[in-house]
Formats: sequence, structure tokens, C-alpha cells
Amino acid sequence: MAATAAAPVDTFPKLLVRNAERFRGRPAIRHKDLGIWQTWTWEQVFDEVRAFSVGLAEVGVARGDHVAIVGANRPRLYWAMCAVQALGAIPIPIYADSVADEMAYVLAHAEITVAVVQDQEQVDKILSVSDQLTRLRHIVYDEPRGLRDYDHARIESFADVQRAGRERLAADAGRLAAWEVGIAAGQGSDLAIILYTSGTTGRPKGVMLSFDNVIISARNGNLFDQLDQSVEIIAYLPIAWIGDHIFSYAQSYVAGYCVNCPETGDTVVEDRREIGTTYAFAPPRIYENLITLTMVRMEDAGALKRAMFRYFLAHARRWGEKILDRERVPFMARLVYRLGDVLVYGPLKNRYGLTRIRVAYTAGEAIGPEIFRFYRALGVNLKQLYGQTEASVYITAQPDGEIFADTVGKPNIDVDVKVAESGEVLFRSPGVFLGYYKDPEKTAETKTADGWVRTGDAGFFDQKSGHLKIIDRAKDVGRLDDGTLFAPKYIENKLKFYPNIKEAVAFGDKRDFVTVMLNIDLTAIGSWAERNNVVYGSYQELAQNPRVYDMLADHVAEVNRSLAAEDAMAGAQIRRFLILHKELDADDGELTRTQKVRRSFIAERYAPLVTAFYDGSTEADVATEVTFEDGRKGMLSARVKIRDMAPAKRGVLEKAA
Amino acid sequence: MRAPADSDSAVTEALLSVENVSLAFGGVKALSDVSFDVRKGEIRAIIGPNGAGKTSMLNVINGFYHPQEGRITFKGETRARMRPYVAARGGIARTFQNVALFRGMTTLDNIMAGRTLKMHRGIFWQILRAGPALAEEVTHRHKVEEIIDFLEIPQIRKIPVGRLPYGLQKRVELGRALAMEPDLLLLDEPMAGMNIEEKEDMSRYILDVNNHFGTTIALIEHDMGVVMDLSDRVVVLEYGRKIADGTPDEVKGDQKVIDAYLGVPH
Repeated sequence: MAATAAAPVDTFPKLLVRNAERFRGRPAIRHKDLGIWQTWTWEQVFDEVRAFSVGLAEVGVARGDHVAIVGANRPRLYWAMCAVQALGAIPIPIYADSVADEMAYVLAHAEITVAVVQDQEQVDKILSVSDQLTRLRHIVYDEPRGLRDYDHARIESFADVQRAGRERLAADAGRLAAWEVGIAAGQGSDLAIILYTSGTTGRPKGVMLSFDNVIISARNGNLFDQLDQSVEIIAYLPIAWIGDHIFSYAQSYVAGYCVNCPETGDTVVEDRREIGTTYAFAPPRIYENLITLTMVRMEDAGALKRAMFRYFLAHARRWGEKILDRERVPFMARLVYRLGDVLVYGPLKNRYGLTRIRVAYTAGEAIGPEIFRFYRALGVNLKQLYGQTEASVYITAQPDGEIFADTVGKPNIDVDVKVAESGEVLFRSPGVFLGYYKDPEKTAETKTADGWVRTGDAGFFDQKSGHLKIIDRAKDVGRLDDGTLFAPKYIENKLKFYPNIKEAVAFGDKRDFVTVMLNIDLTAIGSWAERNNVVYGSYQELAQNPRVYDMLADHVAEVNRSLAAEDAMAGAQIRRFLILHKELDADDGELTRTQKVRRSFIAERYAPLVTAFYDGSTEADVATEVTFEDGRKGMLSARVKIRDMAPAKRGVLEKAA
Repeated sequence: MRAPADSDSAVTEALLSVENVSLAFGGVKALSDVSFDVRKGEIRAIIGPNGAGKTSMLNVINGFYHPQEGRITFKGETRARMRPYVAARGGIARTFQNVALFRGMTTLDNIMAGRTLKMHRGIFWQILRAGPALAEEVTHRHKVEEIIDFLEIPQIRKIPVGRLPYGLQKRVELGRALAMEPDLLLLDEPMAGMNIEEKEDMSRYILDVNNHFGTTIALIEHDMGVVMDLSDRVVVLEYGRKIADGTPDEVKGDQKVIDAYLGVPH
């Protein structure tokens, strides 16, 4: 252990050696098993990793080999990563929910020799494609259930591999020294891990990251948010995803903090509550679900509780964010907020498992401003960050006290960010990946000669705050005829945050001005119609109701005002809009299966409407073929009205966001 | 595992044998002269049209009904009358056609209830929840947690079962029966009212219970596909009489069974 004391601590195995000395008895990882939290200290983790690592060497894993790691967030799979790295081999985590074919592609492409997997399901998947995996020699599994009758010539349990490792260490005194020499031989510039990005377009790409990439990024991340060994985090996102690799592995090894593995994917909320995590990461949809759940439960609560909830929530919305950002707040408002904290906010945060939270991040896609503010009003320090696998996560993040619902923050420590002429965001940082595995062509496309990386996202820096705003995928961004930047998704997202609007499709590339087609949200508008005695016979009739048009026109006007407040976007305000007579549907090919709008397909399908948008007519007839639930097809025709909108003046509403 | 038919039944040990059992409620003959056996480690299905006497048969086996005639031998012991709790203590557990759980209690407590017969400390220690009673509870809780893990229901551990969907309630009921660590598990329509996915799940658990714990299982089921896939041997009842007995394939081809299910042309 002492051998590495003077040398730089620049790999994960070296960090583990350091942690086993420095943090000894502090918890390193927990796992809830059979209803009880099991804890391993850093010293114990070191022992487990060493045993497994030596055991892996016994089955033939050597420097440069590729080892797949497949499964949920389990301590043993995290240990496997470090055990593999200690041998100079490369761990390759793979998405556990990928189907056998996808998995086969990655396993074959990565030239896997050994796979460490969670359970029978993964063993079966790998065996079913093993004829394509010529180099695969051995499979190691964590949970033995259902695997008793398998041929154990090539399959072995994690415990058995560890046992073999321990026996070898006990029998051969030189083995330990040799293992330690192997660790010392590792360098920061070595390839540490290959992470396959779940390709939404085309085949997955293997992003190669060095120890320096991952460790320096993690260290900077810790510095940025002052994370130390007292942090508690729950690991529940896929281990093959760079975010989990940084939050639940790299940052933990660097800072020495404890990672908690939930019992199953279904118990995360409960487990988080039990642990009381202090650092959290979740995509927007998880925060949304928690709120929906709360709102539904509150509907069933008694009158007193409902009244309290409403009163204090309104108070929190007014003052909570200001208190969180340490602004000046009147004494009375502070006092009432304190009371609310005891009666409402505290219990709510406890339910969410956010009582002790110091930093919570959301990323991945745009979060609704209402949702974002809800948590901040309760006193949860929710922030946004922007990152990529190619950057070892961190590109930009919001510093404490500088939080905006629609920005992704400032460049992280050591990160340079610039926006190209085309609007595309580029970055340069210590986290920049080595390249795509076996794909120099793609690497050259993404990395410029002078070290910048193209993100593929378009964005701009907000003048006032200096924060970066991401507006769309770069390839989807177009320009109006006068050269103004046109970012359809940015506009659509702003519209979709209104509960009344279910979908929005914006047009404007190579046109004079921006127009949008809207879909009403039948649940929201339907219940509005009920409350306001608006009678309607069909979706189509409700959608074309003038009062519904008025309501949505107000939303569009608000969006225009917020666009006007941004220099880069002010020219791309919505000048005309219409409400579609039918719901956009994946069955009709208008949406992808993941519910994203297929803009060009819609433009073709509703060509008469697009023409009408730009020839000045106030209504248009359209007939479309629709597919019913049972597969039959029919024609749906309608006359759709088009509403004109006056653009808002530039910078009229200073604080609109 | 699939044992050959009747001829070598002497080879495999019979865990339970039912001989010439007749049961009547007043003038209604629920069972007449039924004989069959359940071998150790097998999955045995009892099938038949509505009112054939299947549930009555299970009730006879676990001592809920007392047959007027016939003998039942379980683990080598023959008896005519038996109380349900004696059956339970003897190693027979069951689930019910209509879920019979304690609806206000959590999943954990319901399954823990299945351990009642295995708790030996007196009420004094149990009320104090200390000393030997505490140690005992820890052991039982561990066993219960293993079952929760086995049935993959940790997410509902602390939810009152009355709030659970039907399919999960069925799983909890199976868990409670398993908590008794039975030698013989009686399942009365374990898949009634389930959708295909739930049925597949339940089938997997039944097979796993059989493989993993070596539990002998006798089950009543209406879904023929399930019965034919799961069971080693099938006994068919109609109007309280046994009309066929054998492997799924034998039973499927039996003319009397076909008539009973499809009706006879008049």
C-alpha cells in the first residue's frame, strides 16, 4: 500500500489505495439487501476489489483486455470496474436493458473477453449471442438465482472468483506485490473506460476516456460544488451512462463519499428517503413525477391540509427562491417561510428524500420552469448542468446563487466554451475524450485539430447573466430569410410548458417569419371546458373553438414576449399560429415512438396549412388520412383557422424568462 | 422431472395419497370415490369443469372438510379427520381462489403471519419484544425478507395489501404460503383474473418455487395452456368423479376429458 504514497494518485486503483488509508472506517458504499442497508467501508471495499481483481487475473484477464460490465447499480459491479482497471484492463459498462441484438453489437464491437454481469437474465442474453462473440472466454455473475443448472465451464459466480483470488493471495506471498506493481504501472493518460453512447441515430459509439479525463473532471466537479467525504448519493441511473460513472464512481473515489445502491429500481424513492442523500442527479421527468404524485395525493387530503398546502406553497413561490439565493427578504416573510417549513415544506422534502440535499442537478433535456421553481421554492438547491459523454460530463453548470430556469449555467472549471458562426456550441477541457473506439473518422468529425469538440447542439450566451442557453440540435437550427436564427425546438419547448398545449410544431426555416401548429391538451382544455360550460362534440370542435384560440393566443403572446427579451431570438417571434384539428400521433407517423415531433413529415402531410400560413389566408381546408386504434384507416377533413399575432417589442419585458 | 404414468407410482414416493374419498353435503355429492396421489417434488394439477369438486378436493386435503368415506395419507400418516391447523402444522400450506389476505396489514406483516406456527416464544416475551422473542423475530424477518426478494416485491413491503392491484395480492398470498416452508403447497386458481403478463410471472414463480425450494405443489387451474405447461401430472374431475389421471399429453387425448370439456353430442 505504501508504495504509491509519493507517486501521483492518477488512476482509480491508486485512489482506492489512498482512500483505504485516508478514509479507512468511513462508509464507501451501501446496498439495501433483504430490507437492510449493508455497508462497506473503504478498507473493506479495497479488500473486496483486491480479491476480485486477483481472481480475474486467475481466469486470464490481462493488461489491455476488455471486460464488459452489465447490470443494475450493485456494489459488486462498481467494484468490478476498479478491479479490472487495477489489472490494466478496460471496463466497458453496457446498458442492462438493451436487447440481445444491441448488446451483441456492442460486445462484439468492443471485443469483449470477459463479462461481469448481475444475474441470469444477463447471462442468458450473452449466451444467446455468444456465437458472435469469438473472443468471449468467461462470464462472471453476481446473483446465482436460476443459474445452478448452467454449464459452469465458462460461467462462474462473483464469490467464487473472489475466493480464488483470496486463495491465491494467501498461498503466494509474491502475488500481492505483483498486483501492487500492476497498479503502480497505471498512468493518468491510460485508457480508463469505454462508454457506449446510446445512439439515438445510428449505431452506438464507444467513447474512450482516460483516467485524466475522468478524474480531473470529477475533481473539478467536486470543487465546483464543494463536495467532500460527507456526501451521500444514491446510484440509480444506468452504470453505462457517463453521468452515473462520474457521480457514483469517479467523484466518490476522488472525494471519498458514500454511494448508496437501492434495493431495486422500484424502491428508489423510498430508499432515497431512508438515506437522506445530500447530492442528487435526475432527469426532469423524475422531478415532474414527484410533483404529479404530490398533487394527486393532495386532492385526496382533508380541507385543512389542502388549505395549508395552497397557502404555504403560494408563499414559497413568492419568497422561497429569494431566501435560497440569500437575497434581502422582509422579516415577516422569512418568519412565515419558517413556519411553512415546519408545516409543509419540511414534510414534503422528507417525502421526496430531499431533506438533507445540498446540491441537486437536472439535465438531459429542458425542465419546465414551473417544476424547476417548485423545488427551489421549497428550498431545494436544484440546478442545471450541461454535459456530454465526450466531455466526461461537465461543460457548463449553474453556480450557487445564479440560477435561471432556462439556462444551463457557466463553463465549469478548466472548461472553455465557444459558439461557432453556425450557432453550434464547442468546448475544450481536460475531460475531452481520447476518441471513438475503432472509428477515427467520426472522431475527426467531432474533434477539431486544435482540440475543440463539436457538441452538435446549438446555443448562445445570455448577455445579462453570461450563462449558456441551449436551444436545439445544431442540425435542426435554421435561419429565417432575414438571417435570424430559427431554433424550432426552443420555441416548441416554451409553448409545451403550458399545460393547455400538448404539442407544438414550429416552421420558419428559409421563410419570412415563424409560424406554429399547436395541439391542445384534451385533459387540460376538456376540464376547462367543463368548468366554463363550453359545449363540444368532438376533439375537432373543441380545438376550433374561438375561446380556445383566445386562450392559446395569450400563451403565444407570452412566449413572444419572452423571445423578445433575448437578443438572439427576438427576430424569431411567432407571427401566425393554428390549432390542429387532430392530435399528432405516432401511429400516423407524425411523432416518433419516443414522442418527438417529426417536423418535415408534418410539413408534407399538412402542406395546405403550411401554404396557408405564408400566403396570408385566414383559414384553410385540410384532409388527412388517419389510422384508428384497430388499424383501419379513414379520412379526416376540416377547416382550420389561422390566427395572426403581433410581435412583442424587443426588450420590453426585462425579466421574462 | 416429468414422471411416467401410474404404472411405476410405487417407484417415486407418494407425499400424499387420497383413497376412495367421498364427500357429500346433505344430498349433494361433491366427491365420490376419488383416488389419486401426489408424488414428492412434482407439480400436480387438478382440473375439471365448474362444479366438478376441485376446491372441495383441496378443502378435504387440508382438513377444512371431512370426507364421509375414504382415507388420506400424508407423509406416511393416515387419517380420517383433521383440523386445518393440524394440516398447517404438518406442512400443508394453501392459497385461495378469492384472495384471503389481511387487507389492512402490510405485505411484510401478511407474510410474517405465515410464520406464526414457527414462532415458539411465549406471549410475555413477544409483548416485550425483547430477549429471546427479539432474536426469534430477527430470524423470521430474515426468512420473510428472502421470500420478498424471491418474489421480487420489495417495493410493496410496507404497503397495506388492500391498496395493491390484484395480481400483486396473489403474489403476496403465495409469499405467505411459502413463509410456512410447506412440504405441500395447495394453490387454488393462482392465475384467476390475471392478464397474460401476470400469468407468465406467476407461472415462473410457481416453477421457481418447485425448483428452488423443492416444494411439492398441487394446483387447480382453468387456463389449460398453463396447466399443460406447468404440471407433471394432471387429474381430471367431473361431477365429483375422477375421469382421467396421467401426464398432460395423456389427459389431453382422453375422450372422456374431451367430452367433459366440449360436451357430448346428443
